[in-house]
Amino acid sequence: MHFGPHLLLAALEGLVTSAVLALTALGLSLVFGVMRVVNVAHGEFFMLGAVLAWAVSTAISGHPAIGFLAALVIAPLLVGLVALVAERLVLRRLHYNPEATIVATIGMLYIIQQLALTFYGPEARPVEPPFSYRILLPWFGYSGYKLSVVAASAILLVITWLVLTRTKIGLIMRATQYDRETAQAFGIPVERVYAGVFAVGAMLAAIAAVLIVPISQAHYLMGQDPLLLSFIVVIIGGLGSLRGTVVAAILIGLSDGIISMFFSPTLAKIIATLVVAMVLVFRPQGLFGTTPR
Amino acid sequence: MADSVRINGGLLTISSLDCFYGEVQVLYGLDLTLNKGEVLCLFGRNGAGKTTTLKAIMGLVPAAAGSIRLDGKELTGLAAHDVPKAGVAYVPQGRRLFAEMTVAENIEIGLMARGKGKQTRESVLDLFPLLRERLRQRSGTLSGGEQQMLAMARALCLEPQVLLLDEPTEGLMPSMIAKIRETVAKLRELGVSTILVEQRVDAVLSVADRVAFIENGRNRETVDVEALRADPSAVRRYVGVG
Repeated sequence: MHFGPHLLLAALEGLVTSAVLALTALGLSLVFGVMRVVNVAHGEFFMLGAVLAWAVSTAISGHPAIGFLAALVIAPLLVGLVALVAERLVLRRLHYNPEATIVATIGMLYIIQQLALTFYGPEARPVEPPFSYRILLPWFGYSGYKLSVVAASAILLVITWLVLTRTKIGLIMRATQYDRETAQAFGIPVERVYAGVFAVGAMLAAIAAVLIVPISQAHYLMGQDPLLLSFIVVIIGGLGSLRGTVVAAILIGLSDGIISMFFSPTLAKIIATLVVAMVLVFRPQGLFGTTPR
Repeated sequence: MADSVRINGGLLTISSLDCFYGEVQVLYGLDLTLNKGEVLCLFGRNGAGKTTTLKAIMGLVPAAAGSIRLDGKELTGLAAHDVPKAGVAYVPQGRRLFAEMTVAENIEIGLMARGKGKQTRESVLDLFPLLRERLRQRSGTLSGGEQQMLAMARALCLEPQVLLLDEPTEGLMPSMIAKIRETVAKLRELGVSTILVEQRVDAVLSVADRVAFIENGRNRETVDVEALRADPSAVRRYVGVG
């Protein structure tokens, strides 16, 4: 294959990574932005989404699309429920203290991981894609499903943006993010907002995971890479900035895809981590973040 | 029963209120009564407990002991976000606008607190016509005086029974101070009962009905403003400035 098509293939692969990464990182960014909680267990919500997607899709017989669509609805809802319980039982009792919640979510990471190992097992299991249409390009065929993942992610990002900027719920979330005490003085039930945001953040990760399992398989340790990459994206993009998160996800996803294909995946990780270090030194608020007050 | 409420005091009655920041006690058995339609000024040194008193009313600082009653209804047991719904609006010190949001969005948050609609919005904007021209502007880019107006507008969107104003003239230039003072006087004419925290004697004398001298977390004395005009020695005694 010549260089041009090769690059196109790498870019397409990178775009799929970007799409999934943008959703996962957005969840992390929302939770940190509104609650000031660094959720180290975020990757486990991603993993849980994938594992539940496998469970749901294997439980339902018939055309793979039915199982997949059921998983796309049920898995994120279940993960949201788990997040709600975790928020109520752990984070609320710590009064959302920034340091304590880091330690607590590390604990949650191991608990969820071990539960998955116990009940799901150490195997990596695939989920059948809902359709197997291949788009034939002049140089190679490409999975139509992968492109639909990019489209689905783009639609979800637009919806999130619309909710944040155009609705009352978005207004309440932004007010809580900006000034928790004043928000309360205006009748905003901050704890309920926190619970909702934590659940939504986890659900975004779960949706991303359901979208990716037909491509990469479900495994109980699969949460680690998305967690690391999400942190990288959120730091580069700027915490709490939706635009920054999307731009950084595309940047990291594309460079990961291209560098992995032409050189090595390790080099891609080295470069991404180096970029994070540079951003932290020269622009700690991130590319699109605003300086904290 | 209506009589007993009146005997208990005015619209808002605080009795024997104790408040702590962590281990540190800030309010010691504070008593305070706000009558309907009056402007009651809390006056005292920095750290005397004026702002804490307002935060305690809003439920933002928990009351360790004592009671805060609005029209006979106990506020101390309420969650912080239910206090504004009961009819208390708060203009915090330093304004605390949602600076990254537009003027319109800040007002919207005020309206949402008690489910008020267009009519309230219009009457509040009539009170601050300047804001009407700036609805789409980011509130953080307003001047200090305009920000103060917006903070007051946002609070008035609750159509509150009681308005809490914490140092509304702090850091403003004299022409703006006069404007804010005019607004407080206008609100008083409209029958809004207000607790005003102030550091400046002149600001107090021109708008207040009564003045409560707060010292070391206690209300030492509440005096009518006429009495204070006749004999301003109390000001010197509690604050140490003329």
